Amino acid sequence: MQSSNDRLRGPGGGFENAVGRRGTADLPPDEASASPAYDDPWYDALATGWGESAGARVPEPASPPTPPEAAGAPPRAAADVYLEVQRSAAFQEVRSRYRRFVIPAVAAFFVWYVAYVVAATTAPALMARPVAGSVNVAMLAGLGQFLTTFLLTWAYARHARLRRDRAALELRWDTQELTRGVRGGAS
Amino acid sequence: MTGDHQTLALLLFSIFVAVTLGITTWVSRQRHGSAEEFYAGGRLFSPMENGFAIAGDYMSAASFLGISGVIALYGYDGMLYSVGFLVAWLVVLFLVAELVRNCGRFTLADVVAARMSERPVRIAAGTSSVTVSVMYLVAQMVGAGSLVALLLGGTSETARTWTVIGVGALMVIYVSLGGMRATTWIQIVKAVLLLGGTVALTALVLVRFHGDLDRLLRTAAERSGHGEAFLAPGLAYGGDWTSRFDFISLGLALVLGTAGLPHILSRFYTVPTARAARRSVVWSIGLIGGFYLMTIVLGFGAAALVGPDAVRASNAAGNTAVPLLAVDLGGGAESTGGTVLFAVVAAVAFATILAVVAGVTLASSASVAHDLYASLRRRGAKPRSEVAVARVAAVGIGAVAIALGLLARDLNVAFLVGLAFAVAASANLPVLLYSLFWRGFTTRGAVWAVYGGLVPAVALVLLSPVVSGSPQSLFPGVDFQFFPLQNPGLVSIPLGFLAGWIGTVISPEVPDAGKHAETEVRSLTGAGAV
Repeated sequence: MQSSNDRLRGPGGGFENAVGRRGTADLPPDEASASPAYDDPWYDALATGWGESAGARVPEPASPPTPPEAAGAPPRAAADVYLEVQRSAAFQEVRSRYRRFVIPAVAAFFVWYVAYVVAATTAPALMARPVAGSVNVAMLAGLGQFLTTFLLTWAYARHARLRRDRAALELRWDTQELTRGVRGGAS
Repeated sequence: MTGDHQTLALLLFSIFVAVTLGITTWVSRQRHGSAEEFYAGGRLFSPMENGFAIAGDYMSAASFLGISGVIALYGYDGMLYSVGFLVAWLVVLFLVAELVRNCGRFTLADVVAARMSERPVRIAAGTSSVTVSVMYLVAQMVGAGSLVALLLGGTSETARTWTVIGVGALMVIYVSLGGMRATTWIQIVKAVLLLGGTVALTALVLVRFHGDLDRLLRTAAERSGHGEAFLAPGLAYGGDWTSRFDFISLGLALVLGTAGLPHILSRFYTVPTARAARRSVVWSIGLIGGFYLMTIVLGFGAAALVGPDAVRASNAAGNTAVPLLAVDLGGGAESTGGTVLFAVVAAVAFATILAVVAGVTLASSASVAHDLYASLRRRGAKPRSEVAVARVAAVGIGAVAIALGLLARDLNVAFLVGLAFAVAASANLPVLLYSLFWRGFTTRGAVWAVYGGLVPAVALVLLSPVVSGSPQSLFPGVDFQFFPLQNPGLVSIPLGFLAGWIGTVISPEVPDAGKHAETEVRSLTGAGAV
């Protein structure tokens, strides 16, 4: 996996400034997107431009995730790296953004779908009530399911693109650098 | 059907087979069996390509022929199927696609086994994936058999048998020679053909009614003989409470099963990143949603133009509604237009079945080779190339599916697909969601979640009216029916979740916080993803 030049660190060392290093977070979004961090082939100019707001920036960690004296410690296991990243404020923010969108959305569409199926099978009289011409409640509810599916898809894709992708990618490179250090170059 | 219909349809279908065989040899030239290449097609498909391929994998003949047929016969109740098939994609998009892409390599078991003691979990997840795939394959084989019966008119049993065997043999050739790369291109070609055919037919229906959907619905309702009731739910599933619960059960299975289908999950590994996986799902939701909207128009169009009586006379399950509609739209049975449109529809339906069969076979051969063989082989044995095992597995699974398909040939296709979805939702979804989202999940919980969903689902099917105790059963002569519902989802899906929870709670094993951190970090960021 390729990495950008400004991220190379010696193996084993530099953990404390890795997850803690949120340099791009301090930059305005435009500069951040222009940084070489996005020179990887799969990062096709995502979310630069419209809709990009300050809210989409990678948040500052509350505190450095590891104490400075850990720098000289012997190489740690990969599990420690993942635990460390999991505890970092940047990751917590990505995770809570994901959950804050997904949990209500799943609850909403699942309840709406089950209500639709149950109503269709147990309350046909209600569903047969005419609305306009030959269109009845059932037809509107069915087409409503299509519509809400399309809307939720659009909303999720937009949310992920603007609010999660950038931060997740930063974390990905940082974490991979760290685990590479741990595993002695094997990544 | 007349000889012209048959000849033209067979000609078009032969062209499809020739083109896809050409694709298979073209893309597999100079590519020698790395597992990456065979299972995941090199992981370099674009989101749009993969979106079309997912749509191709998902839109089976059951959707194309089955749903329109149910709408043509029972009106609104057929729409319930298409809603369930589409809404299911939200589960995939929100909870599964990106996370699975980030954590796994080739199969569902990769995701689960990363956190657990590998061997038992792999065996469990591999077994359930193969079971789901075989059930799905049987449905497609039965569909191929019915389609050829329709094409060749009052055809002999031998012709049907040989069609099923021929379809099976072709798919084995595709899969074992071309792997994921060829299979993906076949799905893309098929999706384009299917969508093109559906768009053309829908446009013709709308032109016939001058774009007046209200008139289309009113004509369909009048022609059906049910009047307004045709446009409201209840004609198919409104009878006694058993059939209502049966439908709720099916609805649950449809919406939760998609995320557990092995051939859908394996499609996410053909793109380079989680972001690309998400974008391919967005593509496929657009394509699949548009397709199901059009099948609704086609179903009501068939009711209005052909009439339920003519549809029922041709095939009691309604599977021939769309071909009959095509004949009518083309100008009638004796016209050139009718012949051509019928042949196109029949060839597209054949291509659909063939492509779906190839996709499912590939996914299940990956489960056999990557999960079961890798876990069960003797310790000392040379780690033989997994790909070679997968090729052999494709042949074996093809043979099993052909045999079962011949046995089950009188069962309804859409219904068989519903069973596969129920097993996928019971056995695969609980373990997948638990291992992605539950910190305390343990190996015992994972194994119990799989078997706790798989065993009840399969057992309830065996004890249901599908297998025995009613005139339509597989074995009408005997009666060991115990469970009243045809679809087990309502009972077996909660049991799968419950078993996983109980297994975890009573497990003495302390969950490994580091492994959980690794899964969580990798799933949300993509760190270390291949």
